[in-house]
Amino acid sequence: MEKMATRDAYGKALVELGKINKDVVVLDADLSGSTKTAGFAKEFPERFFNMGIAEQNLMGTAAGFAASGKIPFASTFAIFACGRAYDQIRNTIGYPKLNVKIAASHAGLTVGEDGGSHQMLEDISLMRTIPGMTVIVPADGVETKQAIFAASEHQGPVYIRLGRPSIPIIFDDRYKFEIGKASLLKEGKDVAIIATGIMVAEALEAAKELEAQGIEAAVLNISTIKPLDKEAIIQIAQKTGAVVTAEEHNIIGGLGSAVAEVLVENYPVPMERIGVQDTFGESGKPDELLEKYGLKAKNIIGACQKVLNRK
Amino acid sequence: MMDEQQLKFIEEKAKKLRQHIVKMVGAAGSGHPGGSLSAADILSYLFFKEMKVDPENPRWSERDRFVLSKGHAAPVLYAALAEKGFFPVEDLSSLRKINSHLQGHPDMKKTPGVEMSTGSLGTGFSATIGMALAAKLDKKDYRIFVMLGDGEVQEGQVWEAAMAASHYKLDNLIAVLDYNGLQIDGNINDVLSPEPLNEKWRAFGWEVIEIDGHNLEEIHMAFTKANEIKDKPVMIIAKTIKGKGVSFMENEAGWHGTAPKPEEVEKALLELQ
Ligand SMILES: Cc1ncc(C[n+]2csc(CCOP(=O)(O)OP(=O)(O)O)c2C)c(N)n1
Ligand SMILES: [Mg+2]
Repeated sequence: MEKMATRDAYGKALVELGKINKDVVVLDADLSGSTKTAGFAKEFPERFFNMGIAEQNLMGTAAGFAASGKIPFASTFAIFACGRAYDQIRNTIGYPKLNVKIAASHAGLTVGEDGGSHQMLEDISLMRTIPGMTVIVPADGVETKQAIFAASEHQGPVYIRLGRPSIPIIFDDRYKFEIGKASLLKEGKDVAIIATGIMVAEALEAAKELEAQGIEAAVLNISTIKPLDKEAIIQIAQKTGAVVTAEEHNIIGGLGSAVAEVLVENYPVPMERIGVQDTFGESGKPDELLEKYGLKAKNIIGACQKVLNRK
Repeated sequence: MMDEQQLKFIEEKAKKLRQHIVKMVGAAGSGHPGGSLSAADILSYLFFKEMKVDPENPRWSERDRFVLSKGHAAPVLYAALAEKGFFPVEDLSSLRKINSHLQGHPDMKKTPGVEMSTGSLGTGFSATIGMALAAKLDKKDYRIFVMLGDGEVQEGQVWEAAMAASHYKLDNLIAVLDYNGLQIDGNINDVLSPEPLNEKWRAFGWEVIEIDGHNLEEIHMAFTKANEIKDKPVMIIAKTIKGKGVSFMENEAGWHGTAPKPEEVEKALLELQ
């Protein structure tokens, strides 16, 4: 299986985007090698700005670029983008609805060995509560590239969540990403697995194993957490009558919460949520952590069985 | 001047710390050797001469506190804590592994002797302001030591803390700047110059002492002088070499956050005999 990190796809997409759109500028905070903005920096040094280890100023400066007609992509690790610079994102980017693209890498547990201080598990929650903020969590490299181009064409602030490790390529070239549109990756009538980011590949694996048990699970990829594709969620709940969500994020405030909000108001069905159970992460290999914190295909399978019993 | 025997002892300990750093980061397969090695002489001096701490009683109320605000240099702190006896030296090989008490960045809830959880740059420094104020409030005479990176000072929070420290006349706070000239993306002056550092700290109301951060006599003189300063905080700007002691790591930004491979560990250990 072909693999690629979404941050690598981001780095490549930026260089392509820079060639066709001269308004694109890129800002980083001393992590250009890791966030993969270094490629753009090499190609277009006059449009790259290293702001040093100063994330608040990174976001504020990006806001100023946007207010001057540029399309700034501001990158650092998700923990520092949404953590250190939350106020700048909320008040200087979100409140004036400025056209800043925040591309944050190293989100989630799969940061690995750096440990809990670096594993951002609250960003989806923090970003989706900012009015007017578009929140995108790509599931693979193909979707990442398209999401970066779509974000550059979208007017308004966008948060794009990227990861550190190589993950399976799910989509082929026929796939067409659209902001606000969920994609149904597998049909099924018994239960719906609604997943985002790296958990989409796990969801597909889970669905395959469930098939062998005679359970037909649908898999819905939600790459735009906001605006959320409510119709797709309601439809699949109507069809299956049971929902499991899966995300590499705190169980509070992320995809599971967003889906629950939609279902409870429109079409309540039994639901289980896979995610980090309101705790911080720790050091370890990405895969060991996914195992320890219950974010593997087998956990999704368990949740499916549980939710089917409640149907 | 320190007596010969004491000097030798601290020097030997510094060498030990460097060996531990290379070995543990090598065993972990990831981590930050460069900024750990640059800080080894200063941490050796702090833990084996300057600070009052009790490894048997890590939470002893009268102890001096050390906060590693540049938390990614955790390996040098863990090496010092282990050598001092806070936990077994053997633990060092569990660095960054799942279920280890030695996290990638310092975690005060997991590791005895770690005074503040750090890793997000700039944050540890602010915490030392609170510690120093609390000591004053309680009329205690323990001191607070904190180490910052020269890239870290690009964070706005550092200067908020700097202002607070002089405003509250925190003469029980002694900071050290590990002035190794490098951060992740390269030379600090190419990325985003924090210079002139001496003048900036002075303008913020700090007493500034500049030294060679690998010269133990100078380190000794700096802390001796710092202890005599009244009514203001002290910043020791310690000129260091990132990767110090391992020739192929010295002054190379690439060794900021890269683990040595087994054969590189061997090579490094030969140089650190
Ligand atoms: C708030 C924050 N932003 C970014 C980082 C990522 N980071 C870790 S170390 C580092 C460079 C630090 O350079 P410096 O302070 O000079 O440390 P040293 O050279 O002593 O290793 C960066 C940017 C971080 N840990 N915290
Ligand atoms: Mg430095």
